[in-house]
Amino acid sequence: MKIAITSTGRTLDSQVDPRFGRAACFIIIDTETMDFNAIENENVAAAGGAGISSAKVVIDAGAEAVLTGNCGPNAQRTLSAAGIKLHTGATGTVAEAVELFKSGKLAEASGPNVEPHFGMDK
Amino acid sequence: MPDDFVIAIASGKGGTGKTTIATNLAHYAARSGQKVQYLDCDVEEPNGHIFLKPKIDRSQQVTIDIPQVDLEKCIGCGKCGEICQYSAIICIKENVLTFEQLCHSCGGCMRVCPADAIKPKPLNIGDIELGKAGNVDFVHGKLRIGNVRTPSLIKEVKKHIKEDHLAIIDVPPGTSCPVVEAVKGADFVLLVTEPTPFGLNDLKLAVGLVRKMKLTFAVTVNRYGIGDDRIEKYCKAEEIEIVLKLPDDRRIAEAYSTGQIIVDVLSEYRKEFSELYEYIKSVKAGIDDKKRLRVRRKNNS
Repeated sequence: MKIAITSTGRTLDSQVDPRFGRAACFIIIDTETMDFNAIENENVAAAGGAGISSAKVVIDAGAEAVLTGNCGPNAQRTLSAAGIKLHTGATGTVAEAVELFKSGKLAEASGPNVEPHFGMDK
Repeated sequence: MPDDFVIAIASGKGGTGKTTIATNLAHYAARSGQKVQYLDCDVEEPNGHIFLKPKIDRSQQVTIDIPQVDLEKCIGCGKCGEICQYSAIICIKENVLTFEQLCHSCGGCMRVCPADAIKPKPLNIGDIELGKAGNVDFVHGKLRIGNVRTPSLIKEVKKHIKEDHLAIIDVPPGTSCPVVEAVKGADFVLLVTEPTPFGLNDLKLAVGLVRKMKLTFAVTVNRYGIGDDRIEKYCKAEEIEIVLKLPDDRRIAEAYSTGQIIVDVLSEYRKEFSELYEYIKSVKAGIDDKKRLRVRRKNNS
């Protein structure tokens, strides 16, 4: 299963970025093989609509689930339209978050957990 | 005073006294026999009505166009999402999502749609109310809660400017898009500030804005006497005129807190507003002279 994790860096040792729309990077990883690639997020400094554009990046990358710290309503709506499962509350390194997800300990979010613009000025 | 003059009362910092200056100037000028119009463009939080107490006699709804997608016609090409710079429309698989609060009504999505599946739909963003406050012609805009298209509503409020009046625009605080829209086209901008570090910091930002827009401006210092002389030093160095210094007087604050007009309840301050009014007249005369000179030069050449 291919999943996306918001990350502050390009490796599995990087910390999970608590923001979805304005995350520094997206790590796209295959949970069986642990093969991954990192996508720099061009929406970090977007004037607006960062969550929606970032959701589009993750959708186009073919992810089936997203692990992140926080996700606002616009991004959540976009991910949900594509049938992507959202897991908020992820912390620690990317590798740790993936392990937590694989063991089923990262619950699926029922909706957005923050207001729009949460990731601005961070 | 000659008519047809638009003055914008602005400030970088909020709470410096824009509305106090604007409403008192409007009231004073009207008492002097001037045809005056007061337009509250601080549409997110209009409060001029608290002081001028207008009788509203008509109102108007303001709408903007946002995209409405006919999914029956949509072919899922995604071109609408590619052209949108604000992520207000996005194509996800066979579905097109719209985020109406992000839309800037450019119409790009409707133009590029090869299936003609996107049509404009009106979204009500606010209301404009018009009336009379004594002899002052009163207009204000009220942005609906949850809407963000502030400049669009301000633009509609400004369409009510009457050419044969002295139009006084109460501008929102700050230096962002709503402020740019509100001061655009003004003949003169009065920047209200206070002698504090915040006052000076935000005044500098506001001066940068009006200079960039090539607008004629001057500064008014409210609550003069608090803080220090940093505003005066700055204005002197930058060759900016200070036209009114309204002192830090507890009675002004008390009048304000009960929604009263200062020139009504504290008659000694009529002198200050009289001077401000005379100053505006002289600015207007100066601009008219320049215009006449330009016309004469044009005719001679």
